[in-house]
Amino acid sequence: MKIPLMRMREKLVVRVVSRFFIPFILLFGLYVQFHGDFGPGGGFQAGVIFTSGFVLYGLVFGLENLQRVVPWRVVESGASLGLLLYGCVGIASLFLNGNFLDYKVLDPHDAMHGLHLGILLIELGVGLTVSASMLAIFYAFAGRRTA
Amino acid sequence: MIPIEFLLLAFLAVTAIVIARLDYLFAAAMLTGIFSLLSAGLFTLMDAVDVAFTEAAVGAGVSTVLMLGTLSLTVREERERPSRILPFVIVFLTGGALFWGTLEMPAYGDPTATIHQYLAPDYIAGTEAEFGIPNIVTAILGSYRGFDTLGETAVIFTAALGVMALLASGRGRRGEEKK
Repeated sequence: MKIPLMRMREKLVVRVVSRFFIPFILLFGLYVQFHGDFGPGGGFQAGVIFTSGFVLYGLVFGLENLQRVVPWRVVESGASLGLLLYGCVGIASLFLNGNFLDYKVLDPHDAMHGLHLGILLIELGVGLTVSASMLAIFYAFAGRRTA
Repeated sequence: MIPIEFLLLAFLAVTAIVIARLDYLFAAAMLTGIFSLLSAGLFTLMDAVDVAFTEAAVGAGVSTVLMLGTLSLTVREERERPSRILPFVIVFLTGGALFWGTLEMPAYGDPTATIHQYLAPDYIAGTEAEFGIPNIVTAILGSYRGFDTLGETAVIFTAALGVMALLASGRGRRGEEKK
């Protein structure tokens, strides 16, 4: 970690303030994720906000510590699982005699509920893929040594 | 009283000019973050809250961090001053073409514009009736244009794969286990 910002871990104020803020950033990310039907935002924004909490942690406390919290393995599988979840929702609706990504058939008794479930699931998939991808890109950039 | 849109736009222009003139790339990277934040403010004023959200999170947040990360791998100062006349001419022509293009556009917020006649009324009426959710953007992204969003998610995934393949080679999982 040769980024000048990485020396922030020696700064007391930055350490204390970021430690205070990170839980709120993560909580706000979750709020944007699951409240996307009702307020602004959705999976994409939520994924980026959620990741920015981790990136802040990485900047202040070092990449090594961050990778102990979220190892590469989690990042790699998270990015793939999100896309897979999205695709699986589409295939599930095919198997339930609907069109691809036709959420109404997901709940045979209540079409509206099926719609909400479908949107919730695909937003979750988008959020997972986006946040894991952003973190992967950050890891790839920050993990390199200066040439 | 000057409307806040003009103030933001003026700040945006000043920031852009300063970014173009700076040699110290670290400061230029920080200023692009400010540029994104100002545009997010403008988008909010235009009631495009979802776009503003994305701009603030991606433009001001993640991409600034990535630019700083790139700078830490390369140099922090522009080494040689390249010719500034040709870029200026290109930018001027592009900007002029864009301005010229906006002349043909309907006025901002004009309800009789073509784009507001075709699908938008269906989306606006359908979101509440078919979905029972208030956020039209979510309904469009998630359901009306679910295929597009699937494609976009795949694009982001592919981008991450590409960056991992290019930049994280030889590290990652195997490197982690070695430690």
